[in-house]
Amino acid sequence: MSTNTMDAPVVKATETRSLDYFKDHLREYGMLVALVAIILFFAVYSAVTGRPTFVSASNLTNLFLQNSYVIIMAIGMLMIIITGHIDLSVGSVVGFIGAVGAVLMVLYDLPVAFAVLVCLCVGAAIGATQGYFVAYLRIPSFIVTLAGMLVFRGLTFMTLGSSSSISPIPPSLRALSTGTIPDLAPVLGLANSTTMIIAVVLTVGFLLFAFRKRSRQNALGTAHEPQSFFFGRVAIVAAAILYMGYLLSTNRGLPNVLILMALLIAIYAFVTSRTTVGRRVYAVGGNEKAAKLSGVKTERIVFLAFVNMGVLAAIAGLVFFARVGSATAKNGTGLELDVIAACFIGGASAYGGVGKVTGAVIGAFIMGALNMGMQSAMQLSIDYQQLVKGLVLLAAVSFDVYNRNKA
Amino acid sequence: MRPALHAGRPLKAVHDPSRLRERALAPILEMRGITKTFPGVRALDNVNLTVQQGEIHAICGENGAGKSTLMKVLSGVYPHGSYEGDIVYDGKVQAFRGIRDSEHAGIIIIHQELALVPLLSIAENIFLGNEISRFGVIDWPEAFRRSEKLLAQVGLSEPPTTLIKDMGVGKQQLVEIAKALSKKVRLLILDEPTASLNERDSQALLDLLLAFKAEGMTSIMISHKLNEISRVADSITVLRDGSTVSTLDAKNGVSEDRIIRDMVGRQLDDRYPPRQPNIGEVLFEVKGWNAYHHLNTQRHIVKDVSFNVRKGEIVGIAGLMGAGRTELAMSIFGRSYGRNVSGKAFMHGKPVDVSTITKAIDTGLAYVTEDRKQYGLLLEDDIRQNVSLANLPEIAKSGVIDAERERSVAEDYRNNLRIRSSDIFHKTLNLSGGNQQKVVLSKWLFSDPELLILDEPTRGIDVGAKFEIYSIIERLASEGKGILMISSEMPELLGMCDRIYVMNEGRFVAEMARGEATQESIMRAIIRTAGRSAA
Repeated sequence: MSTNTMDAPVVKATETRSLDYFKDHLREYGMLVALVAIILFFAVYSAVTGRPTFVSASNLTNLFLQNSYVIIMAIGMLMIIITGHIDLSVGSVVGFIGAVGAVLMVLYDLPVAFAVLVCLCVGAAIGATQGYFVAYLRIPSFIVTLAGMLVFRGLTFMTLGSSSSISPIPPSLRALSTGTIPDLAPVLGLANSTTMIIAVVLTVGFLLFAFRKRSRQNALGTAHEPQSFFFGRVAIVAAAILYMGYLLSTNRGLPNVLILMALLIAIYAFVTSRTTVGRRVYAVGGNEKAAKLSGVKTERIVFLAFVNMGVLAAIAGLVFFARVGSATAKNGTGLELDVIAACFIGGASAYGGVGKVTGAVIGAFIMGALNMGMQSAMQLSIDYQQLVKGLVLLAAVSFDVYNRNKA
Repeated sequence: MRPALHAGRPLKAVHDPSRLRERALAPILEMRGITKTFPGVRALDNVNLTVQQGEIHAICGENGAGKSTLMKVLSGVYPHGSYEGDIVYDGKVQAFRGIRDSEHAGIIIIHQELALVPLLSIAENIFLGNEISRFGVIDWPEAFRRSEKLLAQVGLSEPPTTLIKDMGVGKQQLVEIAKALSKKVRLLILDEPTASLNERDSQALLDLLLAFKAEGMTSIMISHKLNEISRVADSITVLRDGSTVSTLDAKNGVSEDRIIRDMVGRQLDDRYPPRQPNIGEVLFEVKGWNAYHHLNTQRHIVKDVSFNVRKGEIVGIAGLMGAGRTELAMSIFGRSYGRNVSGKAFMHGKPVDVSTITKAIDTGLAYVTEDRKQYGLLLEDDIRQNVSLANLPEIAKSGVIDAERERSVAEDYRNNLRIRSSDIFHKTLNLSGGNQQKVVLSKWLFSDPELLILDEPTRGIDVGAKFEIYSIIERLASEGKGILMISSEMPELLGMCDRIYVMNEGRFVAEMARGEATQESIMRAIIRTAGRSAA
């Protein structure tokens, strides 16, 4: 934007040059490019070394299943990070909610729906408690949630009591995490035709939505993205949806948890970009004092961000519990780091005020793809995986800070 | 302009030969023809300052007259080479590269904002950065022994292990002086030393300065308080707009009128939009307003202030830095400043509750801050998002933002206030000061207030943009809004306001109508009341 400072001749928005636009949005495109590059790298690597193909239906299914709970929490964590805070307790909350759910469902044999509701309420209560300390008592979130991390891990042990693990989980809950949608219309000769049909419908819907938005922007003269970028981006996303739909439909079909994830992503993308609450969240993180002087109830926004995180952590806890198949005291250990890393890799600013839901999701997928590739394609041990993930995180954030200082 | 200089001769002789004093000693300090420029600003223009050995020399001047800059040049904060002119100290031309050099020469500055670490002890503070140590190991017994001696010199009996945070401001000031003494001070510079002290502590401090003088020490004191100056100063240098205006002998008392005239006597040559006031009934009124410092509840910052603003009226608040004007405005605007805020507020004659920012906004108040970047803008966000921030419900339906409406609102303000940018999606970080200010104004205009409080509305804005801001203010007033304008630039207040309140040391000390307010009358009101209100 340096060429557009105040006294520069007034340029019409539509005439913004492609290069400038790319420079401004380097980070957003960079993440997508990185994700594609990582997948390509592992695909080529496994092809060259004669291992089973990397881009396969089962790998894709696993990528979604393995990262579902990280992505669900990354959405909540993103909002916390945008307000300028952090939540270190989510890994322990995942373990604790799993234990609570297991006790209710398995030991007391209560209805699954009721147990799920209780778990979500417990998550909200946890978030509210931590949020109260952070927002109203002004205790640094790092400290509050570090304490929470220890407290809820301890409570997980206590809840499970003598039984070191509780299983088996009820089948209806298991369907949430490992199940796929049934094939209702076996017409296309695929293993799961319904999935393919959904993919086609989604693609058409996406295209309609994208072009309608574009034409409105064109009419108003607010289309910033150059035409070529717009077409390129839309084509890639549409192709990706179709291809993934095809891959999934040749296997077990669309995972249920993917539907849950997609719903949450859509809802939160909308909330952050289009609602007054979302706008206030960014304002609090961007400049808390200015937001406060503009009448934003900054404490309440931070409080709500933590309540929201608690609920999402509870959902993630149930998904995790369902996926692992048993509640143990170790469930979710260290998960908070993956979640936080996903947000920062996805472009959230460590100073607050900046970040996007889609970015955090892509960040989580980058981490997930790295994990999977190093594990299955390269068969590297856990120590290398940690090393590489750490370096990717550092590189992503360094890049942000560098960009920021340059501007 | 440049007065002829005679080597070794005190400058005052040139200005005012009748007051020439015979001196056996050469001056300890002569600053000759100091000029210091910042990009776009000439902060000091050929300033001359001569300080005699063993005297107390006062420096007077308005905000922005160049007092602090001059002291920063002297102490090496602006190193040799970054300014023009010579510093002759101790008979030699000095080339200080930093504070270390000037301190080594015995020149010590005590700033208005004390530079003590609250959680460290007296002894630790006195020897901070200058510890008595062998191979990096501090000799505490020796440090305590010397601290006690230094404390005795400034009249303190506290043990040197006392933490700074547990002492009053007056005693902290004395610790600063003890710290200066530990550095073998020969020329002590105090920047408004009594600004945050009560009457008793101020007197004690001045007595101490006189005692030091009796022992032969030289001091420079920056102050606005004429009664204090006349009590201790031997001579006075008045600065205005970065130049030396006069050097006066104060041994036999000072003429208040002379100092005031010298401080403010500039040409009123700025341009203001024509004004035909159409003033209505009283819009907003405040009675008996009080506020205390947000950290130190002992400090009474706003003292029993009452005022009113009428519809369509532009009311100014004049005063020096630290008079409590911003604190007054912010404490009224939803108690965003201060503790134990009390007083009554009325809108259209009815009592209103302005105890939270949301309530203040709903009442029809808007506060445009003096510090745009810290308190006014979301710098990482664009013009559009900044404009809508204070009134989001207006552009939203059940919590969902109507992007189209938001865009058109921002577009309207961009056109109306002539914000220069490529479009409304321009990050506010990259706008010039004037355009940033217009964005902040847009934000508050969109909240549709009845009373706009403008705190230093043209600070850091170039001349052309200033006129635009003035025109906007004038337009708002003629539309019937009430304007309360805080400014440290007197010509601006005189050019814009229908009525001016003068604030000093937390109180409103004068009220002047458009015709009767002059730079001299405002400054006189400030000077007359300075340091006279017992805390």
